[in-house]
Amino acid sequence: MSTDAVYRAIILEEYKHPRNKGELPGATHVARVRNLSCGDDITVMLAVRDGVIADARFQGVGCAVSQAAASLFTDHIKGRRVAEVEAMDEQTIIGLFGFTPNPMRMKCALLVLRGAADALEGKGEKAMKGE
Amino acid sequence: MDAKIIRDFPILERRENGRRLVYLDSAATTQKPRAVLQAMDAFYEQSNANIHRGFYPLSAEATELYEEARRRVARFINAAADRVIFTSGATESINMVAHGWGLEHLEAGDEILLTPLEHHANIVPWQEIARLTGAKLVYCDLNEDFTIDVADLKKRISGKTKILAITHVSNVLGAVTPLAEIVPYAKQQGVVVLVDGAQAAPHMKVDVKDLGCDAYALSGHKMLGPTGTGVLYLSEALMAMRPCKTGGDMIEDVTEQEAVFAEKEPRRFEAGTPNIAGAVGLAAAVDYLETIGMEKIHAHEQRLLEQAWKGLSAIKGVTLYGPSPSPERAGVLAFAVAGVHPHDVAQLLADEGVCIRTGKHCAHPLHYRMGLAEGTCRASFYLYNTEEDVEALIRGVKKVIEVFR
Repeated sequence: MSTDAVYRAIILEEYKHPRNKGELPGATHVARVRNLSCGDDITVMLAVRDGVIADARFQGVGCAVSQAAASLFTDHIKGRRVAEVEAMDEQTIIGLFGFTPNPMRMKCALLVLRGAADALEGKGEKAMKGE
Repeated sequence: MDAKIIRDFPILERRENGRRLVYLDSAATTQKPRAVLQAMDAFYEQSNANIHRGFYPLSAEATELYEEARRRVARFINAAADRVIFTSGATESINMVAHGWGLEHLEAGDEILLTPLEHHANIVPWQEIARLTGAKLVYCDLNEDFTIDVADLKKRISGKTKILAITHVSNVLGAVTPLAEIVPYAKQQGVVVLVDGAQAAPHMKVDVKDLGCDAYALSGHKMLGPTGTGVLYLSEALMAMRPCKTGGDMIEDVTEQEAVFAEKEPRRFEAGTPNIAGAVGLAAAVDYLETIGMEKIHAHEQRLLEQAWKGLSAIKGVTLYGPSPSPERAGVLAFAVAGVHPHDVAQLLADEGVCIRTGKHCAHPLHYRMGLAEGTCRASFYLYNTEEDVEALIRGVKKVIEVFR
């Protein structure tokens, strides 16, 4: 399957109709992450209760790959234990996509993962309100 | 000129996704004609030895080939051969001036004048020198089309200005800098002028004597030559600058405690065994370009640029950057597709076999001034590109818009 077809099938759908995009008023863990080279800029917001990701949302701008990954990943981690999410790596994203993005796009795909990790660790850039 | 020229470039026979390779990224690096590859092969197969020292015929021949390459490249930019230094590329050339001249001549309070159009290669070395010397970086304003505001640039030249480092052609906008207006004025004010010619030398006739600059930097790989080759032209005054690379071949004599450097000759700046085969390849590239003719190449790129400009500007949602086509514009075209990240544009074009560049093209400050943190798409044209290549680009961009609709 060419990358063209993959775009149509998965990334475009998630990009055009992203899940979990918007503010999360009850967020307990928030981090903003950016790929300065491409201008991708995502804020990951998590509501953690009793060691479980009760809710996850994201805000931001970026290419279709970064936005699709954020949509898929925030959906994937809802209801999972924090320890489980902390152990996730690029294989998780590859699994969600169903294919390995080309090396140039990997950084875009992994941005949301970094955002979630930073949020849970309480580090990373502090998100500015409204962004 | 198209069909015959394409046959000179073996790589253009490559297929991408079953499609013809449409290479529109020559502003990043160019493809190499067989003549360049053969010249380098011939050097290694028949003439390889170290230069300047051996008395045996093979070394003498290698030395002669290297120095003939220097004379050949010097003629290409109308410089005397003893002012032409071989480097690894424009980046090294600029770093040599920044560190060699800058560290000795700049001090706290001095100003380094730049334009926001510069490639990082003509910004970051100066930031380093500013940090080390306390000198200050000053940038001129841009016009509404993001070209250099020449009146503002002139206004910013004062007694504090020690050097102006300026691009000859923008690697994003394709705009040719009006150096004939700028360089003489700066020189009158006693300012040293370095010109970054990486995007100019491949596409137009460059005459460093006519320009009157103190330093001119270019990259061989952007003008059909091998990677790892470049040139630094220096004025007589700058030939005395400190060599920042020292070692073998650049000395007159070395004792245990000190060395006497070669003076007033290129080897002062060419410590160590240089890229001899690379220089031979670069000379072959220059031969190839001149056989076709720089004017003919420029005119060909102009036609492709006009075709691309016309075709892309007719597509709703496409924004083109830089001045509209004119002889004062090179064949590099930055554009954006509304609502589609440049990386997505490039990847869909790649599926069509169309190779373009995306990002901020090593010109982050310019893109920040343009308000385009996500970067732009950039197509660039060269002598081996055809009208069909431009059509493929236009078709591809239309497809991108359909897919993202």
